[in-house]
Amino acid sequence: MLLIDCPWCGPRDEAEFRCGGEGHIARPDPDTADDATWAAYLFDRDNVKGLGFERWHHRHGCGRWFNVARDTVTHEIRAIYAMTDPKPTGGA
Amino acid sequence: MPRLAYSAFSLLRQGLNRHRGWPAAWRTPEPKAHYAAIVVGGGGHGLATAYYLARNHGVTDVAVLERGWLGGGNTGRNTTVVRSNYYFPASGALYDLALKLYEGLSRDLNFNIMLSQRGMLMLAHSAHELEFARRTVNAIRRNGIDCTLLDRDQVRRRLPILDMSPDARFPVVGGYRQARAGVARHDAVAWGYARAADARGVDIIQNCEVLGFIFEGGRVVGVETSRGAIRADRVGLAVAGHSGVLAAKAGFRLPITSYALQAFVSEPIKPILHEVVLSSATGVYVSQSDKGELVVGGGLDLHPSYSQRGNLPVVEGVMSGLVGMFPCFANLRMMRSWGGIVDVVHDSSPIIGPAPVPGLYLDCGWGTGGFKAIPAGGTLLAHVMATGEQHPIARPFGLERFRTGALVDEAAASGIAH
Repeated sequence: MLLIDCPWCGPRDEAEFRCGGEGHIARPDPDTADDATWAAYLFDRDNVKGLGFERWHHRHGCGRWFNVARDTVTHEIRAIYAMTDPKPTGGA
Repeated sequence: MPRLAYSAFSLLRQGLNRHRGWPAAWRTPEPKAHYAAIVVGGGGHGLATAYYLARNHGVTDVAVLERGWLGGGNTGRNTTVVRSNYYFPASGALYDLALKLYEGLSRDLNFNIMLSQRGMLMLAHSAHELEFARRTVNAIRRNGIDCTLLDRDQVRRRLPILDMSPDARFPVVGGYRQARAGVARHDAVAWGYARAADARGVDIIQNCEVLGFIFEGGRVVGVETSRGAIRADRVGLAVAGHSGVLAAKAGFRLPITSYALQAFVSEPIKPILHEVVLSSATGVYVSQSDKGELVVGGGLDLHPSYSQRGNLPVVEGVMSGLVGMFPCFANLRMMRSWGGIVDVVHDSSPIIGPAPVPGLYLDCGWGTGGFKAIPAGGTLLAHVMATGEQHPIARPFGLERFRTGALVDEAAASGIAH
């Protein structure tokens, strides 16, 4: 069971949230991207074993989105940060 | 044929000898420096690939490399259901290839996989679901696969313990059924393929983790393992939830996300459930094992995971769904629960064929439904590794479909995750 510290609502049960998949995926320019680039943007994922960076949505709470740095093996949450923030580095 | 064929006669003979003369089912060889082909992953798909490389293509200089023990991943963690009731023709051909091979597998491998084609019933909980069920049944039958639409009374006759009272939590208005679907003994599938592959000369090497790939001129020519470097002309990957991890070591990414899928087993009870039942409303599926235990599965833990266990909210959801459908199970105790890491693709169809790196081949992306597909995955990966050409049944499932847009979208068509 995850206890997720929503930046607006505080620590809440995982059941209130929805994981929105990998974060920090940059959208290529659809007018210039070739099919391979566009397919990679749509479908390919790092799918990291270990520290991963994900978007989460407080669906049954404030309804806001935020980023979570989470270990996909231990499920330990290392950092919670805003959607527009860069990936935390170092001791995060 | 293995050194000692399993038969009533050999059982009798070994019994008279107090069962002291049974040989090991497969060897434990040291890895050689080079093989014609290496298959990474000693689960059902990897072992089946090795077997079909030897049997169908005469390639016997093969090693199967397994990080842990045979069938210790998803092959030993699934709910043992086999079926081929898929919507799209490409999927129907793929999964029915697997089911047809399963139907002859005990004889083919000389190993009883305990296939029990007891049928699988998909429940419809609303008029709309029943309409879609009718459409699905028509599509499945057009694919040449047996499937029957059932009305409410037909479901009631088959499942007298299902709550069909007027105030049922999950009202049932009908369903559809594949009679050839059922269950098979999952460990026996791994062991049977292992023994039969070993008998044809395949080296099965356990406790051998692949740490990286050896490249020459941009081509994969072997693997670095925890037991040293092993070179090969071709390398196949059949590692399910860890496909992305190995792809990263080879320098490419896959359209795969890994999730934990849980399963549960109850205490054993007398025979009460005679077929596999699945509810689209609850996502719960259940069958009764030959030992009398209920084998229960449900939906994914919906965040990426590599830990082979699940979280409690999903347990609660699966159990409340089960008891909502079958109130008589409310007092049953669950003996065990566990999780496997499944490789989910956006269109819920597998990826079979060449990897973006020459010399490397993929059999992955089976998501929550890999067990039922083991004979097909093995046949098709063996085919592309041995011939360099995709088998006709595998052609729609190559990695290029994500670039061309020709997805085989069973995620939408089946309405369930697998």
